[in-house]
Amino acid sequence: MKPPRFQYCAPRLIDEALYLLDTYAGDIKVLAGGQSFVPLLNMRLAGPAYLVDINHISELHYLETEDGYMSIGALARQRQVERSILVQEQHPLLVKTIEHIGHMQIRNRGTVVGSIAHADPAAELPALLTCLDGEVLAQSIRGERVIKAQEFFTGYLSTTLEPNEMLVEARFPWVSEQAGWSFMEFARRSGDYALVGAAAVLTPAPDDTCASASIAYLGVAGAPARGHAVEAILTGSAMDEQTIEMAAEAARDVVSDDMSDVHASVEYRRTLAAELTRRVLRSAWGRRVRQVTQNGEV
Amino acid sequence: MRERNDDVSQFTEECEIAVTVNGRRYEQSVPVRLLLSDFLRHDLGLTGTHVGCEHGVCGCCTILFNGEAARSCLMFAVQADGMAITTIEGMAGGQSDLHPIQQAFMEKHGLQCGFCTPGIIMSVHALLHEHPDPSEEEIRHELSGNLCRCTGYQNIVEAVKLAAELMSAQQMEVE
Repeated sequence: MKPPRFQYCAPRLIDEALYLLDTYAGDIKVLAGGQSFVPLLNMRLAGPAYLVDINHISELHYLETEDGYMSIGALARQRQVERSILVQEQHPLLVKTIEHIGHMQIRNRGTVVGSIAHADPAAELPALLTCLDGEVLAQSIRGERVIKAQEFFTGYLSTTLEPNEMLVEARFPWVSEQAGWSFMEFARRSGDYALVGAAAVLTPAPDDTCASASIAYLGVAGAPARGHAVEAILTGSAMDEQTIEMAAEAARDVVSDDMSDVHASVEYRRTLAAELTRRVLRSAWGRRVRQVTQNGEV
Repeated sequence: MRERNDDVSQFTEECEIAVTVNGRRYEQSVPVRLLLSDFLRHDLGLTGTHVGCEHGVCGCCTILFNGEAARSCLMFAVQADGMAITTIEGMAGGQSDLHPIQQAFMEKHGLQCGFCTPGIIMSVHALLHEHPDPSEEEIRHELSGNLCRCTGYQNIVEAVKLAAELMSAQQMEVE
């Protein structure tokens, strides 16, 4: 349970880190919060020859509100985002999601961007980014590119990030004031990786039907998954129990056939996906702000 | 505290660090792969920080890293360069004094075998710093990052409640 030998470097500038990533691409890993990566080293599931510690790159330590999204730099700790009054007021869904990650001791060190780069299919933030159609910013010495969440997560711990690139920022789109939102998950023990979880955002129409729906799941496949069939059922529908029941039934199919392991069978995960769908939909719809119609009726 | 060692702008397997632990400054050369938990225990002899699972689940190795609770098994000693750490050995004022949290755990019998206790004390310290008067729900929630296989947590929760009372009484005396 000790990490293998590696060469270590802790630069102060992004450019230095990008240079090292480019030079040693394929045999080098970025160390940020280390709350998922150090266990992999301790268990010898990872063994890069080089480690570039980005904890001293102060320019990556930021939270900013941008037009359209909340921007989070690669060194912002989960706990810092969770405690931020700005984020609590402007992106409560992000705070609620982060509260489900591990424990306080883990969130003190773990970074938001690191969790996304690690891309564990049972992790909370990749699912939220997928639900919100968020983006990430990747940099290399050759330049930078913006990658949509839908094109970023490719499978178990796998992303489209190139070996010479570093994830420097995550962008969580704002949830409109009218929309209702919810994040829930089921874990056997508090703080464990969840078996299944769901994030939902529902926007009401003037006639109080569901104008648009966005729902994403964790723990249901090799990567976070959007519930497209669920969204199709909800869009344009009255949010009554019948609609919710149809949506819950459709959510069962989001669970991939190979999601059976020592923790839960596929059938159990499907039951969880259906039940969590019912619960997040009721909770999100309850949070919506009803639209006022033209004649003043609510 | 001094600035971090500039040698680490080059790749290295061994690094000079200067770290303040429980108010005392240590300067030492460490292999970069040395876990902070092992540095505290083996190099500094501070064996009160326990090592249970070594992958961040059990919470036995919890320390305060620049004042915030963190797992010392998920950090490298080299990352503590220039930082301030508090371990269980730094909690009591002197040889015979106990910290109010330790006093409360003794009075309420908040431990049995004691293996998880140092980590729990450090987590509770962080909890009470943020929530001086926590509800039982908050206590249980914050304790979820520390596993105890003996007590069933009942007396630990009682101890945390008493610790909160002792610490706020102490605070009022100061004021």
